[in-house]
Amino acid sequence: MLSADERREIEAEIPRYPQRQAACIDALKIVQRRRGWISDESLRDIAELLGMTLDELDAVATFYNLIYRHPVGRHVILLCNSVSCWIVGYSRLREHLRRRLGIDFGETTPDRRFTLLPIVCLGACDHAPVLMIDQDLHRDLDPAGLERVLESYR
Amino acid sequence: MHPDQRPLTRDLRPDGEALSLPGYERAGGYQGIRQALRLAPQEIIQLVTRSGLRGRGGAGFPTGQKWSFVPLGPAAPRPKYLAANADEMEPGTFKDRLLLEATPHQLLEGMMIAARAIEAEIAYVFLRGEYVLAAQRIQRALAEAYAAGYLGGHSFGADFSLQIYLHTSAGRYMCGEETGLLNALEGKRANPRAKPPYPQTSGLFGKPTIVQNVETLCCLPHIVNHGAEWFRSLGLAADAGTKLYGASGKVKRPGLWELPMGTPLGVLLEEHAGGMRDGLKLRGLLPGGASTDFLTPRHLDVPMDFTNVEKAGSRLGTGTMIILDDRTCPVGMVWNLEDFFAQESCGWCTPCWSGLRWAERILAAFERGQGAESDLEKLDWIVKFCAPGNTFCALAPGAVEPLSSALRYFHDDFLAHIRERRCPYRGGSNGNAGGES
Amino acid sequence: MATIYVDDRPCRVDPQQNLLHVCLSLGFNLPYFCWHPALGSVGACRQCAVKLFRDAHDRRGKLVMACMTPVADGARISLADPDALAFRAGIIEGMMHNHPHDCPVCDEGGECHLQDMTVMTGHDYRRYSFPKRTFRNQYLGPLVNHEMNRCIQCYRCVRFYREYAGGRDFNVFGIRNLVYFGRYQDGVLENEFAGNLDEVCPTGVFTDATHKRHYTRKWDLQFAPSICIHCGVGCNLSPGERYGLLRRIVNRYHQDLNSYFLCDRGRYGYEFVNSESRLRQARLGIAAGKWQSLAAQPAAAWLGKLLAAGDVIGIGSPRASLEANYALRLAVGPRRFFAGVSDVELRLLRLAADLLRRQPAPTLREMESADAVLVLGEDVTNTAPRMALSLRQAVRQQPLAELEPLKIPVWLDHAAREAAQERRGPFYIATPAATRLDDIAAETWHAAPGELARLGFAVARVLDESAPAVADLPPPVQALAGRIAAALSSARRPLVVSGLACRSAALLEASANIALALRRSRQDHARLAIAVPEANSLGLALLDPRPLSEAAGAEALIVLENDLYRRASASWVDELLAGERRLIALDCLEHPTTRRASLVLPAAAWSEDEGTFVNYEGRAQRYFAACPPPGEIQSSWRWLRDAMREAGREAAAGWQSLDDLLAGLARDLPALAPVLNAAPPADFRMAGARIPRQPHRYSGRTAILANLDVSEPPPPPDPDSPLAYSMEGNPDQPPAALLPFAWAPGWNSYQAWNKFQEEIYGPLRGGNPGVLLLAPEPRPAGDFFRNVPPPLAGRDGEWLLLPLYHIFGSEMLSRYAPAIRQLSPAPYLALSAADAGSLGLHAGENVALWLDGRAITLSLKIRPDLPPGCAGVPAGLEALPALELPAWSRIERGHG
Ligand SMILES: Cc1cc2nc3c(=O)[nH]c(=O)nc-3n(C[C@H](O)[C@H](O)[C@H](O)COP(=O)(O)O)c2cc1C
Ligand code: SF4
Ligand code: FES
Repeated sequence: MLSADERREIEAEIPRYPQRQAACIDALKIVQRRRGWISDESLRDIAELLGMTLDELDAVATFYNLIYRHPVGRHVILLCNSVSCWIVGYSRLREHLRRRLGIDFGETTPDRRFTLLPIVCLGACDHAPVLMIDQDLHRDLDPAGLERVLESYR
Repeated sequence: MHPDQRPLTRDLRPDGEALSLPGYERAGGYQGIRQALRLAPQEIIQLVTRSGLRGRGGAGFPTGQKWSFVPLGPAAPRPKYLAANADEMEPGTFKDRLLLEATPHQLLEGMMIAARAIEAEIAYVFLRGEYVLAAQRIQRALAEAYAAGYLGGHSFGADFSLQIYLHTSAGRYMCGEETGLLNALEGKRANPRAKPPYPQTSGLFGKPTIVQNVETLCCLPHIVNHGAEWFRSLGLAADAGTKLYGASGKVKRPGLWELPMGTPLGVLLEEHAGGMRDGLKLRGLLPGGASTDFLTPRHLDVPMDFTNVEKAGSRLGTGTMIILDDRTCPVGMVWNLEDFFAQESCGWCTPCWSGLRWAERILAAFERGQGAESDLEKLDWIVKFCAPGNTFCALAPGAVEPLSSALRYFHDDFLAHIRERRCPYRGGSNGNAGGES
Repeated sequence: MATIYVDDRPCRVDPQQNLLHVCLSLGFNLPYFCWHPALGSVGACRQCAVKLFRDAHDRRGKLVMACMTPVADGARISLADPDALAFRAGIIEGMMHNHPHDCPVCDEGGECHLQDMTVMTGHDYRRYSFPKRTFRNQYLGPLVNHEMNRCIQCYRCVRFYREYAGGRDFNVFGIRNLVYFGRYQDGVLENEFAGNLDEVCPTGVFTDATHKRHYTRKWDLQFAPSICIHCGVGCNLSPGERYGLLRRIVNRYHQDLNSYFLCDRGRYGYEFVNSESRLRQARLGIAAGKWQSLAAQPAAAWLGKLLAAGDVIGIGSPRASLEANYALRLAVGPRRFFAGVSDVELRLLRLAADLLRRQPAPTLREMESADAVLVLGEDVTNTAPRMALSLRQAVRQQPLAELEPLKIPVWLDHAAREAAQERRGPFYIATPAATRLDDIAAETWHAAPGELARLGFAVARVLDESAPAVADLPPPVQALAGRIAAALSSARRPLVVSGLACRSAALLEASANIALALRRSRQDHARLAIAVPEANSLGLALLDPRPLSEAAGAEALIVLENDLYRRASASWVDELLAGERRLIALDCLEHPTTRRASLVLPAAAWSEDEGTFVNYEGRAQRYFAACPPPGEIQSSWRWLRDAMREAGREAAAGWQSLDDLLAGLARDLPALAPVLNAAPPADFRMAGARIPRQPHRYSGRTAILANLDVSEPPPPPDPDSPLAYSMEGNPDQPPAALLPFAWAPGWNSYQAWNKFQEEIYGPLRGGNPGVLLLAPEPRPAGDFFRNVPPPLAGRDGEWLLLPLYHIFGSEMLSRYAPAIRQLSPAPYLALSAADAGSLGLHAGENVALWLDGRAITLSLKIRPDLPPGCAGVPAGLEALPALELPAWSRIERGHG
């Protein structure tokens, strides 16, 4: 069941487009923002609200990389693996995360604290390597810096 | 440098906060739209055409000319749409982020002018989902603009009525391609659309639509305020205006600078980026994002504008350079790039979804020490396979630009991988095989 | 016409088309995948690349996708250019990265467009050396099999299923080289046209799941040119047989009718032919439930004796051929020949035939181009399914016309759809209950049949003052009539669709009035289509049978290919058959009527038989046998001929072939003489040879019967057609009516139809098969019908019981096919939620339905779309007695 808030927020998006279903990406994001990911149940609720079939909505959901169709941990780490970060050694951060958290791309820590995902260039190449945790961008990282950053996400 | 020679970034706040509406207006903001409202749409289009403004999203298409295909007047289809392309997902590109975060009102004013020129009633800022800060600031700027009556109808005491909405993307490089962007805005998969028909006649929701890069739009208030001649005069070489140039990679001072269009490559690299980090030498660079051909140290004199970079065998693209040093494996770098493109292929046309992944796998094999001479022929073939016109959109042709030029410029590196059956940059104390090492 | 130069050869081509379309029309072998003649161009696969030159001096040229490039007068292109050749081979190479090399075990092998294109491009060496991606397959129901690893990402399936057929439970998921085509989750595909995925998919991702259970390669099947037997639309198809088993149905292109697509009933209903309920032996009833088999000759003699004695009546059938019905009519005499349909249905069929004499019916292709549609009373998807697929295309016409100023060609499919967005042309549906076309309708209205007729009359009245007025019409209905009339009258090609589903003459008359009013106001392209229930409903009516209710009193009764218990109430049939009366049943399947017969004669199933069906347009189309009937089974008309011969009846005794019978029919009933031209006669030869039913790669011919006889037997004779049960014969292209299957050198898949058309998506070479029997007579268009029904007077405590049609279930023969049976509904009684509430009833509960003083217990289903005061039952289910519907009935809480 969508919450009243979710419903209200989605309804507010709809008039911005001439067609109801055009709001579907906004709707997916609205629900994901609150729940972390898009479960089958959320998918069904959103589809119903927008007059779409599950097939139609999932066709959209599975196209976009920021829509998660699998559960994620409390915090999602988006580690940039694009070229500029690659050049300056993003792999050290990846290695650090692998060692410290025991997870690689696509994995979640057993305590569900972190999920690690690769992300394409975060548009902060002058401060590479970078990563995002949830809504926050962290720049100019080295393993020590990353360690401090991780501490602030419980 | 004289402030008017850095029109886009002149008024940035030193603390990195966004210019608020009053701050923006104190610096002369929202005069351009007022000025534009005194002109007929056709006159704005002519002005922009005369200014020589070319799109900053990568393709460099003349902006005024693009607008001239939009049907105008009372008989034109309604509503017409404008979309600001703030998707910025080209690897190595970080220029629009600055404008979005620091001067959101400049973007809104640019959008108002563009909307006025093509008589659009509805506009969207199509923003990359990861640009969280930018989203907050645009949202705030929109609220200010609506509150001031600059948006929403009868604005500036004229018959000017524009709605601007912020749409944050769910992520895909293809959303930045202008027709993929339209599909994404329609809540669909961001596959590209056939051209013709061009969006100018049949675009968003089937209506005439203009998609314009953020930086392009930000130039508009200044062109209207200071005139086409002024804008042309800013450029040092063939093209007009200023450009946000950037550099990333192992340079001393990676960063972003607004400079006259046509600033020579060497000047950017040495004066602004501070040259290579100590002990490293320049091997090559991608002048404008991941989908441009490599340039090499012998290109340092090239003026960085659309015309001249093209003459040098590459593209200005987004003007944000990615620097390759002599300790980083060019094969590995191209592998990283092709992996990105293969991953972001929308899956619509065969050369792209099959060719790019094939290239990526071959390059991965090189990095594992499993490359063969025949693989070089295959890579050459994939480059031809994905040439412009062979694919449905420009993603794949762009994707093979760095590959094609790497095969030319770094041929010896490929051969070394074959000969040594390993990546020669890997393992050594100062070598960098890049991400996968 | 424009001139283009193809490899320096000047060619005259259609200037409105794209280069691929015209190259294929010219007969060039240009490979393609994502383009489809009926689906248009989207430029995804990049397989159709050709070189385009600026002018005669340009030697470099550039590659363009032929399907995306409009024809330009004077354009110079090359198919043979080395770059184009290399690129096209490269596309196949790319598709092959992931494609499993499983052709030997793939159902598509040997009829695979991907195989054909691979050979055509010359790609023969795999340079890609990395692992292939693999997918999990889905269960998509009993009709369609899924094998996603074979996918080459051409997007045809999703374009057909969603964009063309309107299905919403199928889509494309994922991205890049990991795109997945299927459903959100496993489950039966909901769309009635899902089976076309088998032919739309250029490789083996979607294949025929029924075929899989008795699989045979295309080249090993023996095909016949045939006509679908499962409804009155008359789709052309090819049944394929091997070892006496009917193994599959594939589409047979007909420009005016089915073009490239069939409905799933037509495609999968065929398995009734293989049913265990097939009648294989003549048999004599000796006591209740006791039988004795009989050889053919004594069986015919038995019937002959009855005929000679004289007091015999015959009951014909709307699913038997014109020829079989005629043979029966001749055997019993025209005055003793009765319609094997209810009296109401017969009256409606006669009315439909009369209306066809006023004005020709639209072809399906014409329906596709209608720009305003009113469907009055008919649930087309469930009664004439293929027609619904055509109607679905009609809503695109007006938006497409609006695109003209944008210069977007219709064939540029996605561009046209993106420009048109969700805009739809006017489409109105007024039916008793919701239909599967409601999603495209501008407005729908659900009401009892009489009310629908009143709406129709009102529409005609708005259009033309001289049409009869409708008294006491509620203002909202009057307003609706006004909107419908406005939409129809401002259209260029308005279309009214009705049919026999509601068993209402008033509905047909109202529809006819609308069509007449439109024509009187100079809308010359206005059309009226009337869906008829069965494959030969109109053919039966044209033989002028007497009403079934008058069948009584004779000593003996011959029932031709018909279950009377589907046609009239059980009590009436029981009474008809009571006493000493003899019942002779000819049919291919066991059913309640054959169970009561004194003599059963096993009739050839339609796939083993020749004959003529007359479809909704009055088009007579000949179907031919895919294999001879096995054993003692023979055509109904041959049984009747044998009996007449025994009875010493000169006229029929000499019939050796279908042509002999047809000659007699044409003499006897001159109005039907054009039926002779439905197909060439049996002595037609091409360069002295017959037309082979078997592809020339048909294998195992010499071994097929080696267990019986080491010497190869001669192929069975076929006196009834110019076709041979053999691979030998003339390899040239036969006349369209005799085309058993589509194959051309290099084209093993169904895409080979390209090679049989005068122009792509146009007529078959030599003209589209079939002849219209009811050519409009040169007389005034007729008068308005004036019999406007009064408003429906509800009855206290009674419900108006309506038939609800099901594509799977309502038709008898297809229900004997296991896959179709699986999809048929269980019997139910439907009520609106309000009416159920007023009775205190809940969904799933047992209710008692009182009819004719008898109660039937049914499970209750809530159908919110049913109009108040109306109830519905599924039409045609064998578990339900034949009900003459609509009828008034009482409903109570049931027991148990
Ligand atoms: C795959 C692909 C991705 C693109 N991404 C962006 C982008 O993120 N931002 C952008 O402004 N243009 C992008 N473009 C270019 C746009 O298609 C389009 O040319 C541009 O937005 C037009 O604006 P301009 O004329 O102001 O540059 C992309 C193009 C391609 C082919
Ligand atoms: S080049 Fe083709 S597959 Fe690649 S992104 Fe463009 S349309 Fe999609
Ligand atoms: S058939 Fe032309 S691109 Fe697919």
